[in-house]
Amino acid sequence: MTGMRERFYELVREALDENDRVAVVTAQIGNDSIGEHPRHFDVGIREQLMIGVAAGLALEGYRPVAHSYTPFLVERPWEFLKLDLGHNDLGAVLVSTGASYDAARSGRTHQAPEDVALVAALPGWTIHVPGHPEELDPLFRRSLAGDGRVYIRMSEEENHARVDGGGFTVLRHGSAGAPLIVAVGPTLRPVLEATASRDVSVAYLATVRPFPYEGVQDALGTGTDVVLVEPYQAGTSVAEIAVALRDRPHRLLALGVPNAEFRRYGTGAEHRAAHGLDATGVARSLDEFLGVTD
Amino acid sequence: MATTTTLGYDDLPALLTRLTGDEKHDRSSFSTLDVLWVLYDRVLGEDDRFLLSKGHGPTAFYAVLAAKGIVPVDALDGFGSFDSVLGYHPDRMLAPGVELSSGSLGHGLGVAVGAALTGRPVWCLVGDGELDEGSNWEAVQYAGRIGLGSLTAVVVDNDSAWYGWPEGIERRFVLEGWTAQRVDGRDHDALEGALLPDADATRPRCVIAEVPAR
Repeated sequence: MTGMRERFYELVREALDENDRVAVVTAQIGNDSIGEHPRHFDVGIREQLMIGVAAGLALEGYRPVAHSYTPFLVERPWEFLKLDLGHNDLGAVLVSTGASYDAARSGRTHQAPEDVALVAALPGWTIHVPGHPEELDPLFRRSLAGDGRVYIRMSEEENHARVDGGGFTVLRHGSAGAPLIVAVGPTLRPVLEATASRDVSVAYLATVRPFPYEGVQDALGTGTDVVLVEPYQAGTSVAEIAVALRDRPHRLLALGVPNAEFRRYGTGAEHRAAHGLDATGVARSLDEFLGVTD
Repeated sequence: MATTTTLGYDDLPALLTRLTGDEKHDRSSFSTLDVLWVLYDRVLGEDDRFLLSKGHGPTAFYAVLAAKGIVPVDALDGFGSFDSVLGYHPDRMLAPGVELSSGSLGHGLGVAVGAALTGRPVWCLVGDGELDEGSNWEAVQYAGRIGLGSLTAVVVDNDSAWYGWPEGIERRFVLEGWTAQRVDGRDHDALEGALLPDADATRPRCVIAEVPAR
């Protein structure tokens, strides 16, 4: 079974060979996997330059793909995302690996649960959070075919199977007025486990920006209770839910990684459990918010 | 720009007056004016790209673009106003002929490297004070090591870097693999000689245009 990151490197190699417009910019990551190519530029450990070079390539009509570890792709060069790409209205596809805590044992420097909030704070970005390696293919190909600014957040966590149907898909319909659980990317797996015996609707969200306002409205129907489960900083999409449901009374619980200096190493699974994002934790939160069922 | 009359170097003071409202303009008070004039009057060709990284004080840039018929002269009057396409820092999506939105220092050289990687001849203007920003050196190091001959960095040096550049700016570029040349930033012939395209270049080129300290 190919993981998401390995699948990405396969897709990058194919794209470089098939599409003269595609150029890849990295900063000392994935070189062994991507290999040498005239349109693959590794700039050394220089992440501000990585984004600037991507912008310059876009200025010349190329479709740049920039790739690094999450904190070094998004957080360190954030102003370069804002200006070199956004303010200059130049497109690029940014693909991160590492997610919130894939590298838990590497510590805080390599944990980046803030990334989606940071990218979402900038106007006009499309943000994909695929939950399965096979979802990467169509998202990446579609991103390359466009000319906008796209952020794809890869993760080692993955769901049992891919979900087809685009960015927002209702997978399970509860009874009329049932609570709506929105599971983002790889949180679908624990959400499905935690809700197996609950009367809820479950929707899967892999494209978090632009946000599917109408999809959420329709999926909630006459219900009032919404639970948003995000694999990055808790509450990142709360304002989007508020916009979607601005004209109706509702209750909202937002689960995700707490905004705190966590100071733990260990494994991703340990972090997931500690943040209440495994099936047990999600079920516990649902009990508290929706009441206990049996 | 066939519909627009182009103007000459001697018209620049009048254009600057339209921008700033000040009656008298001594050209020497604009550190970048002569470099920009020489670039647009003598150096840049159809397929060349110029990126102004030092977006602070862009009046000289706008005046030169207006003189060359790229920016409408009428646009100079509302400089910095709500409806103007010309602001205190240039926006490429608003101002004709502006190829890089700038203002935050240390961004242009990296973008210039990306554009130059495609083989496009690129000139990028930075200030000696701007070189304080570390991001410039990421671009300088990489361009030098890979021998990016399509790139020219023009450093307008008016000795404005707070801590200075002991032993000179050029040494830093040369150490990283660039050629570097210091010229009189008011001498048009010297600037032209240093800035003209060199299709055979195998190293990026730094031209330091020295102007009187501000």
